[in-house]
Amino acid sequence: MSTISRKAIKGIALSAASALVLAGCAAAPEDEESAEGTDSGTSEETETETVDYKACMVSDEGGFDDASFNEEAFNGLQRAESELGIETAEVESNTGATLTEYSSAIDSLVGEGCDMVFGVGFALATAVRDAALANPDTDFALIDSSLSNDDFSPLSLENVKPIQYDTAEAAFLAGYLAAATTETGTLATYGGQLFPTVTIFMDGFKQGVEYYNAENGTEVEVLGATGDDQASWSNTGDFSDIAKGKNLSEQFIDQGADIILPVAGPVGQGTGQASLDSEGVKLIGVDSDWYNLEAHEEYKQNILTSIEKKMSDAVFNVIQSGVDGTFTGGDENQYVGNLANGGVRISPEHEVAYPDGIQAELDALTDQIISGELVVNSLYKN
Amino acid sequence: MKQQNLIREIFSGNAVIPIFAVVASFLFGGILIAFANEEVQEASGYFFSRPGDTISAVLNSVVGAYDALFRGSIFNYQASTAQGMIKPLTETLAFATPITLAGLGLAVSFRSGLFNIGAQGQIIFGAMFAGYVGLSFELPFLIHMPMAVLAGLLGGALWGGLVGLLKATTGANEVVVTIMFNYVALLLLTYLLKTPVFQAPNQVNPISSPVAESSRLPGILGDGFRLHFGLIIMLAMVVAVWWLMHRSSIGFQFRALGYNPSAARTAGINIPLTYILVMAVSGGLAGMAGASQVLGADRQLTVGISATFGFDAITVALLGRNNPFGVLAAGLLFGGLRSGAVLMQANQGVPVDIVLVVQSTIVLFIAAPPLVRSLFRLPKPKAVQA
Repeated sequence: MSTISRKAIKGIALSAASALVLAGCAAAPEDEESAEGTDSGTSEETETETVDYKACMVSDEGGFDDASFNEEAFNGLQRAESELGIETAEVESNTGATLTEYSSAIDSLVGEGCDMVFGVGFALATAVRDAALANPDTDFALIDSSLSNDDFSPLSLENVKPIQYDTAEAAFLAGYLAAATTETGTLATYGGQLFPTVTIFMDGFKQGVEYYNAENGTEVEVLGATGDDQASWSNTGDFSDIAKGKNLSEQFIDQGADIILPVAGPVGQGTGQASLDSEGVKLIGVDSDWYNLEAHEEYKQNILTSIEKKMSDAVFNVIQSGVDGTFTGGDENQYVGNLANGGVRISPEHEVAYPDGIQAELDALTDQIISGELVVNSLYKN
Repeated sequence: MKQQNLIREIFSGNAVIPIFAVVASFLFGGILIAFANEEVQEASGYFFSRPGDTISAVLNSVVGAYDALFRGSIFNYQASTAQGMIKPLTETLAFATPITLAGLGLAVSFRSGLFNIGAQGQIIFGAMFAGYVGLSFELPFLIHMPMAVLAGLLGGALWGGLVGLLKATTGANEVVVTIMFNYVALLLLTYLLKTPVFQAPNQVNPISSPVAESSRLPGILGDGFRLHFGLIIMLAMVVAVWWLMHRSSIGFQFRALGYNPSAARTAGINIPLTYILVMAVSGGLAGMAGASQVLGADRQLTVGISATFGFDAITVALLGRNNPFGVLAAGLLFGGLRSGAVLMQANQGVPVDIVLVVQSTIVLFIAAPPLVRSLFRLPKPKAVQA
C-alpha cells in the first residue's frame, strides 16, 4: 500500500515539476533601460497620466466578486484607475463583518493616504459617518444610504456624498415586461434580506406588473411579494448562500412561476441554476447586466433582462470630481440615480425575444416616467 | 461514544501541536500569498532566464504581507503618532474580547464532553437580552451597565441551558440541536429587528437605536480607541473559568462527565443536572460575548452582531486545548488575524481570504496531529490509555 502511494506521489511530483520547468522557460523581459528605448512613447504617456490621487473602497459582506452589487461599484474604481491614472486600494469584507470591522477597514484606508473612500452598502453608513467626522480632510462617498445621527435624525456632512438609486423606476419596466412575457401568468421575486434597497426592486417590479394588469385586464400575480407588508415578503436571509436561492426558486417554479426576480446579489445564481432544470423558466438580473457577466454565463440564454444600477458610472464620476477638485458633499449634493439621469435602466433585449410591440411600450413608459406623467412610488418620492 | 473518542483524541497529546499547527498554517498561507501575487506570477514565467526575479518577488510579497499583518495587529512602526502606533494592538484586544469569551464557553462544554456548536446563537441571545436592557431602561450607570451585562449572561445561559435540558430529558444530540438553535436565534433577531421591540423609530433598515449611554461598557483608553471595559470582563472570566474548572467541585463534576459519563454516574454525579449546568455556563459565557459586542463595540443591535465569533470560538477553544489560558492566547491570535487582515489588504492587496485560509488550516492541522508531527519530525507521544 505504502509503496504504491509513494510511487504515485513520485509520479505526481515529477509531472508537477516538469510543468513548472516548462512554465518557467519564457524569456525574461528586457531591462528597463532598453525597454524605454524601444517604446518610450507609451511609457512616457503613462507617466504623464499618473496623477497624485488615491481612491479607495470598502465592500460589504458580499465581496467584490459578487457578480452584482459590490462588483458593479468596484468596476467603477478599476475604470478610474486605468483611465484617470490614479492609485487605488480596497478592502473586501468577509461574510459576517461587524460595524467595528467596517470602521477598522475605513480607518486603515485613511491611514494609507486615501483621498477618497467609498463605502459600498448601507451597512457601512455608521462607519463612514464616524470616519468622516474624524477625518474632515478626506472625502467619502456612501453607496445606497445617506447619513444619520445616532437617533436617526438625518445628518449631512460636507465631505460625504451619498449615492442612492431610485431603482423602483427600472424595476417597474422589468415588471411590465415580465407580465407581458409570462406564459403561466405567475411571476416571483425574493430578496436576500429585506433591506429597503432590496424591497425597492421588488416593490417597483410589483407596481409594473399591477400596471400591466390594469392596462390589459390580465391577472398576472407575483409570488414572494404578496400583501402590502413588505416585512413578510420572501427572502433567503443572507446574501451569500446560493443553495438557498436555488431551493426557494424551485419552490416558486413548483407553484407555477416562470419568471423570477432574485434581489439577493450572488444568491441569484441559485435562480439561474434552477432555470436550467425547468423548461421555460426565465430570470431577471439585478445591479449589472447579468447577460454579460461570466458568473451568469451558464444560463444567460434564460435571462430576460436585468435591472441595472449604473454604480460604476457614479463611482467613476465622483472620483473624477475628486481629481478635478470639484467634489461636492452633503445631502443637498447627493446623487439619486433614476431613469431620467440614466442612473438606472433595464438591459437591452438579448436572447429571450420580447413579445411583439413591447419594446415600443417600454420606451413610451420610460418617457412617461421621466416626464413625471407616470409616478412609480418609492421612498425617494415621499 | 465515537464522537467523544474523537474529541478526546483531538484534545489529548502534545501541547506543542497547536504551536506547530499555527506555524505550519502561516507557512502555508505564505505559499498562497506568493502564488496569488501578480509580480510573482509574472517573474516565474521566465524563472530559468533570471531566477533572482522570482525569488525576490516571492520574498517581497510574503514579507510585505506578514509585515502588514504585524503592523495591523501589534505595532505600527510606520504610523506618525504614538496613538497610531499602539492602535493596532488595541484593535487586536478589542476583537479578541468576544472571541475569547465565547471560546471560554466552548472550552467548558468541550472539557465536559459536550460538543456545543451553538456559540453563535448564544452570542445572539446574549446580545438581545443585553440590548433589550440597554435600550429599554434609564438607570444610573452603576446599576444599568452591570444589569445589562448580567442580562447578556442570562440570555446566553438560557439558550444554552435549554439545549442541556433537551439532552438531559430526551437525549437529543447537542451537536444537532445547537446548530439548529443558531438558525432559530438569528431568525428571531432578524424578525425582532423588524418590529418595534428593537427597530429604531423612523428607521427602515433592520437596526436598533444605540443603547443608552448608562448601559455602555466604558472605553478604556478614551476616544480614538475602540478598546472597552469588556476586555477587563474577559480577563476576569479567564481566571473565573480556570477556578471553576480546576478548583471548584462543580468543575470537577464537569470534567468527570467529560472523561467518562458512566463512571461519573456511578460516582453519584447527577448527570442530567450536570448537562444543563454545563450548557448554561457555556452559553452564559457566549452570552457575555454578545453583551460585550452590543454594549461595548457596536453599541446597537444589527443582524450581524455575532459576526462569525461563535464559529471562530470553536477553533479558539480547540487551539487553546480547552485550557482557559490557552483559549486566551488563541483568542489573541485570532483577534490579531482579524485586525491585521484589514491592513494586509489595504496596504499589500492581499485578499482577505488568505486569513480565512490560515484560520482554516489551523483547524486542519489541529485535527490531524500525526500530520503536524511528521511535518516537523516531532516524536510520537507515548500511548496514553484512555
